[in-house]
Amino acid sequence: MRIFVAAITAALIGVPAAVNAEQVIKLKAGSGADKVEANCQPCHSLSYIPMNSFLNAAGWDATVTKMIKAFGAPIDDADAKAIADYLKKNYGT
Amino acid sequence: MITRRHLLGTAGAGAALTVSGLRFSSAETAGAMLTPGVPEGVASYATMATLPGKKPLIELSDRPPNYETPLEYLRTPITPNDEFFVRYHLADIPEIKAENYKIAVGGDGANGQAEITLDDLKKMPAVEVVAVNQCSGNRRGLSKPHVQGVEWGYGAMGCARWKGARLKDILDKVGLKKEAIEIGMDGADGPVVDKTPDFIKSIPVWKALDPNTIVAYEMNGQPLPHLNGFPARVVVPGWTGAYWIKHVTRIDALTKPQGGFWMNPAYRIPLGKFPIRDRFITQETDTNTPITEIVVNSLVTSHREGAKVKAGKVTVSGLAWDGGYGIRTVDVSTDGGKTWSSATLGQDLGPYAFRTWSFEITAKKGKNSVMVNATNNIGQTQTAALIFNPAGYHNNVIQNLTLVA
Repeated sequence: MRIFVAAITAALIGVPAAVNAEQVIKLKAGSGADKVEANCQPCHSLSYIPMNSFLNAAGWDATVTKMIKAFGAPIDDADAKAIADYLKKNYGT
Repeated sequence: MITRRHLLGTAGAGAALTVSGLRFSSAETAGAMLTPGVPEGVASYATMATLPGKKPLIELSDRPPNYETPLEYLRTPITPNDEFFVRYHLADIPEIKAENYKIAVGGDGANGQAEITLDDLKKMPAVEVVAVNQCSGNRRGLSKPHVQGVEWGYGAMGCARWKGARLKDILDKVGLKKEAIEIGMDGADGPVVDKTPDFIKSIPVWKALDPNTIVAYEMNGQPLPHLNGFPARVVVPGWTGAYWIKHVTRIDALTKPQGGFWMNPAYRIPLGKFPIRDRFITQETDTNTPITEIVVNSLVTSHREGAKVKAGKVTVSGLAWDGGYGIRTVDVSTDGGKTWSSATLGQDLGPYAFRTWSFEITAKKGKNSVMVNATNNIGQTQTAALIFNPAGYHNNVIQNLTLVA
């Protein structure tokens, strides 16, 4: 019922209705995607990746470093490299 | 150590979905809600999503929850609670019961300590202030070049009537030492990983003692929505949302500058680039300073970029706001900035509030340019060109909207 009311209200002012489920982001298939899902997703949804897909190689390297150094993400060096390589290849400019 | 204690800020919504058995895929419709100019990647995944107690908002991320208010909800001086944007840095967001809520007040700059319950807050003299809560990163997505972060369009802002107790009255319960320089504030929300810095902010003592700075337990006459800070949040009128600590649980008088990631390097603007009056001297470095008050700004909310209109008289309207001086004029140009005419201002709800405005243009066949520039009561105006900064803050570039008749 609440959904129905929300839909009507939204329709009146022209904003589309939707109901929330957990946000599902399907990453591009590629080497390292599993490392990204395993290491990034515990703290934040994967939406941050396509959202920031204008980053270049240096930008993604800096971001992975920031997650580890500034935010304390427990990611070992091998995984960090796999993650950075994946992001640069699939979401970099 | 990953605790994942509160994996989902939106768990309630997920549960409701399962019960209802309904599912909407609204990627296309969310695309139409985005602000032109935000990174293309946002449109690749963003959907409209409905949090418990909210209308559909633009879901930029669900963990931590970052939900933007669509332009169509920003046509009134007061933004209703169910249309108000949601912004968090950290994904561990406990639901606090009102009866269990306490604020610990103390710090090395205080003479004593106190614990304040929600009932205690409500027994203190109540103050109401209408104030814009604007995320520091509002319009970050419009930065050129793009800068990393949550890629907000126009809608990481809202204006509400906040009711609460003065922060000054709360601090009077413990007494400030003369050495106190800042007031530190922490909320109940925290990181998923223990090593991630907790979101702790401070404000200068002078701003904390401002009679308009309150700890609010009501928003537009209602308890605060959970994701807007229930049971109580700090309201720092005029200053950007970073300082408006939600679910505030600690307030500390400090004799040394507050440290931590969220004070430095986060939330910094380069020194000397913006016409800022409010200084946060104890936090300044040789090169940068914390973001403080909101810069004067305006937004057309009656029409989106490229909207079709009928040739002839068309009323264009929107909002103007600033960091607490109040709006003096909103000027509109339909000839590319050569000549400007003053719009009609709407109801004045105080210097910290959204001010509505409207202006009638005569639309000709084809493309029509509408530029808008707000001026506040100390004569500050919007900027013609983007003042680039690495975090994408303070974007108050004069809008140039195209309407097509």
